[in-house]
Amino acid sequence: MLVHDEDQRLLADAAKGFIQEKAPVAALRKLRDEKVADGFDRDLWRQMAEMGWTGILVPEEAGGLGFGFVGAGIICEEMGRTLTASPFLSTAMMAATAVSRAGSPAQKERWLPAIAAGETIIATAIDEGRKHAPEKTALKAEVSGNGFRLSGAKTYVADGQVADAFLVAARTAGSAGETKGISLFLVDSKLAGVSSERVVTLDSRGAAHVSFDNVQITGADVLGEIDDGLGLLEIVLGAGRAGLAAELSGNAQESFGRTVDYLKERKQFGRTIGAFQALQHRAAHLFSEIEIAKSAVLGALQALDADPAGAALAVSLAKSKAASVARLAAQEAIQMHGGIGMTDAIDIGLFAKRMQVASELYGDADFHADRVALARGF
Amino acid sequence: MEALDQFRRDTRAWLEANCPAEMRVPVRGDDDICWGGRNWVFKSEAQRVWLERMAARGWTVPAWPREYGGGGLSHEEVTILKQEMAAIKARSPLESFGIWMLGPALLAFGSHEQKLEYLPPIARGEIRWCQGYSEPNAGSDLASLQTRADDGGDHFVVTGSKIWTSYADKADMIFCLVRTDFSAAKHLGISFILFDMTWPGVSTKPIMLISGKSPFCETFFDGVKVPKANLVGTLNRGWDIAKYLLTHEREMIGGGGGGLLGGRSPGQLAAQEIGVGDDGRLADPFLRVDMARAEVDALAFALTMTRYKDEAASGGRGVGDKSSVLKYYGTELNKRRYELMMRAAGTQGLEWEGARTNDGELPRGWLRTKANSIEGGTSEVMLDIVAKRLLQLPSA
Ligand SMILES: Cc1cc2nc3c(=O)[nH]c(=O)nc-3n(C[C@H](O)[C@H](O)[C@H](O)COP(=O)(O)OP(=O)(O)OC[C@H]3O[C@@H](n4cnc5c(N)ncnc54)[C@H](O)[C@@H]3O)c2cc1C
Ligand SMILES: Cc1cc2nc3c(=O)[nH]c(=O)nc-3n(C[C@H](O)[C@H](O)[C@H](O)COP(=O)(O)OP(=O)(O)OC[C@H]3O[C@@H](n4cnc5c(N)ncnc54)[C@H](O)[C@@H]3O)c2cc1C
Repeated sequence: MLVHDEDQRLLADAAKGFIQEKAPVAALRKLRDEKVADGFDRDLWRQMAEMGWTGILVPEEAGGLGFGFVGAGIICEEMGRTLTASPFLSTAMMAATAVSRAGSPAQKERWLPAIAAGETIIATAIDEGRKHAPEKTALKAEVSGNGFRLSGAKTYVADGQVADAFLVAARTAGSAGETKGISLFLVDSKLAGVSSERVVTLDSRGAAHVSFDNVQITGADVLGEIDDGLGLLEIVLGAGRAGLAAELSGNAQESFGRTVDYLKERKQFGRTIGAFQALQHRAAHLFSEIEIAKSAVLGALQALDADPAGAALAVSLAKSKAASVARLAAQEAIQMHGGIGMTDAIDIGLFAKRMQVASELYGDADFHADRVALARGF
Repeated sequence: MEALDQFRRDTRAWLEANCPAEMRVPVRGDDDICWGGRNWVFKSEAQRVWLERMAARGWTVPAWPREYGGGGLSHEEVTILKQEMAAIKARSPLESFGIWMLGPALLAFGSHEQKLEYLPPIARGEIRWCQGYSEPNAGSDLASLQTRADDGGDHFVVTGSKIWTSYADKADMIFCLVRTDFSAAKHLGISFILFDMTWPGVSTKPIMLISGKSPFCETFFDGVKVPKANLVGTLNRGWDIAKYLLTHEREMIGGGGGGLLGGRSPGQLAAQEIGVGDDGRLADPFLRVDMARAEVDALAFALTMTRYKDEAASGGRGVGDKSSVLKYYGTELNKRRYELMMRAAGTQGLEWEGARTNDGELPRGWLRTKANSIEGGTSEVMLDIVAKRLLQLPSA
């Protein structure tokens, strides 16, 4: 059934209440205006851990909720409505998925309870150029001693400025562009040779460019299979992409809701501008698009819960659709607010800025439409 | 869960045993669809057998109650039946305005006697219905209709004309909106009545479409005597029924896209015909981009239909005004799909007659889809409904 079940509805209510109260858009403004270097509020993150959210995808035996992707997506969507900054996507969704699916017993023991407790932040370091392209990984991992030596650099690692560890995609064989030869490593951010440069981002949140300069790691830091990491990475990215799609859906719904409210209140030419059919039809079109995106998002989250390895098409569908709809929502929100929409004083612009980041991360609408087309045979 | 799995296994086995092979190839145009009715001539023995077998199980209208000829299936079971039919590419055994529109309206508003009289013949494909709504001066502004039904004692006397009546010349009966009170506000003087197309005073005249086909008619009523028992619901309150019925019509038109493409998307068809490169991508990059975007929208739209139906089923209500979203989006999407198909077909899409192209099936289909965003309420009217009812934006 393409609807939320009872538990999921309860979670949605709880998430909405919590996030609206503790992390409204004003909280993001505060982070931005006070130039908080972390890019998120550690106290809020601790409270989210107390709610169990940091462990939402961590299995129960490792101290998590084991609630599933639909539940994680619900939280992302609510955070999308208020532009909540947190390492939820990188750590609670992507890293938790990576370690719980492919971690060795020792890795699970080391990382999962820490993720569930909100004590550790793990950022995923994949891309090396401007556009998302996992198979273009060139960062080298050469055999050295009983482990590997990493050298290379990663661009725009979300939450990289605060990460305790990185999930790094590196090349153990082949060359950039090949799907074989990529391996995944869990690398402590305090190791010698790891350095990161914080990126001050459009959305006032955090990211870093990260360099690995002959970083020595051990064989125990390998996650999953050597040379064959792309499959696991796909699943980890699936979690991230679906989470971003859910967030974008929340972002679009909220900026649209604010726009509709404005249409009902602003008067020009002696009437509320919402009475002009030229604006009504665009609003109605956008509403339809948002409805379509919501379905794609729920479809992707359910597909991940059913079979993470088989969910690629559903996930790309959701990311492509949600990204393009959120873009339209942002454009229309600014336009229909008229001049006031261009001001920093109201929140509309903040939704547009986060939309741009969330759309670009882990593949934009075109990247994912291409994957949908390939999966569908053309 | 166990019961549903069992239902799926049983359904699969039954379909496998009972769906004739000829009914597992996509329909090739309107002429290949089974519409039923008193004068229906089956296109093949397989078509007859398939209808008979499905009707016997109530599966032409699987969700309707058994006492009215339906299958009495739950929402989940209907979904499973559809999935299993799709899996073997089984054709729909019967299409009709009776199933899509009149049936749901009668189930909601008809008397028990009316349901018993009209629903089982619809389910068995014995009576074909047409819809008498639009008039020359009442299209988008449907409530301004002028066809009159005067009180004649135990009957009404119906006079006036309708336009765009699909298949009026082939239909056995009509569900018709008439004005029964000229003094009331325009929505409050309309009634919903049923009558036979063979009764004295009814005549039809075909309207040729740009696709070169003519399933549409002007319909004239000249003093048609209709018994009062044929009034559905309350006198002068027919607008409520009309609107309810339209939500079903819109849901159906919105979801009906692509039947002629046999379930394949433009991109998939183009890949077959134009071919793909070594990288698996369609050779024409411009076309591919547009097709990829349409594919995303089509898949997400299909999920939306499922979601709305699941929401409606779990909330115990209908899709309601959200049918306007489906109608708008689905029909615009269907037009896009045919535009893409025409681009992919190139000069093949320019052939109008001849066996090679099945008498220009594609360009005729392309032209036919242009009506999708007009029939059953135009896209502009759908957007108005979304704006006013769903978004509660003010009226001018
Ligand atoms: C960056 C910037 C610089 C500017 N510089 C100047 C300047 O130097 N001097 C100056 O005097 N002004 C300036 N302006 C103001 C500018 O001219 C107004 O913002 C503009 O005229 C729109 O008016 P508004 O913002 O009140 O929007 P509104 O009139 O409130 O419009 C809101 C929305 O409703 C729509 N709308 C309104 N009426 C209708 C209608 N009848 N039918 C359909 N849609 C309608 C609008 O198109 C818009 O999308 C500037 C604005 C900006 C953003
Ligand atoms: C193929 C086909 C099959 C049909 N089948 C049937 C049938 O079986 N039975 C039946 O009763 N009817 C049928 N119809 C009629 C159909 O319901 C009407 O054509 C439709 O409601 C539009 O009415 P109209 O043609 O009078 O257009 P008009 O109402 O004249 O509209 C002309 C244009 O103006 C626009 N417009 C009108 N009002 C507004 C507004 N308020 N705001 C913005 N734009 C507006 C419309 O969107 C349209 O683009 C069929 C039509 C077609 C084409």
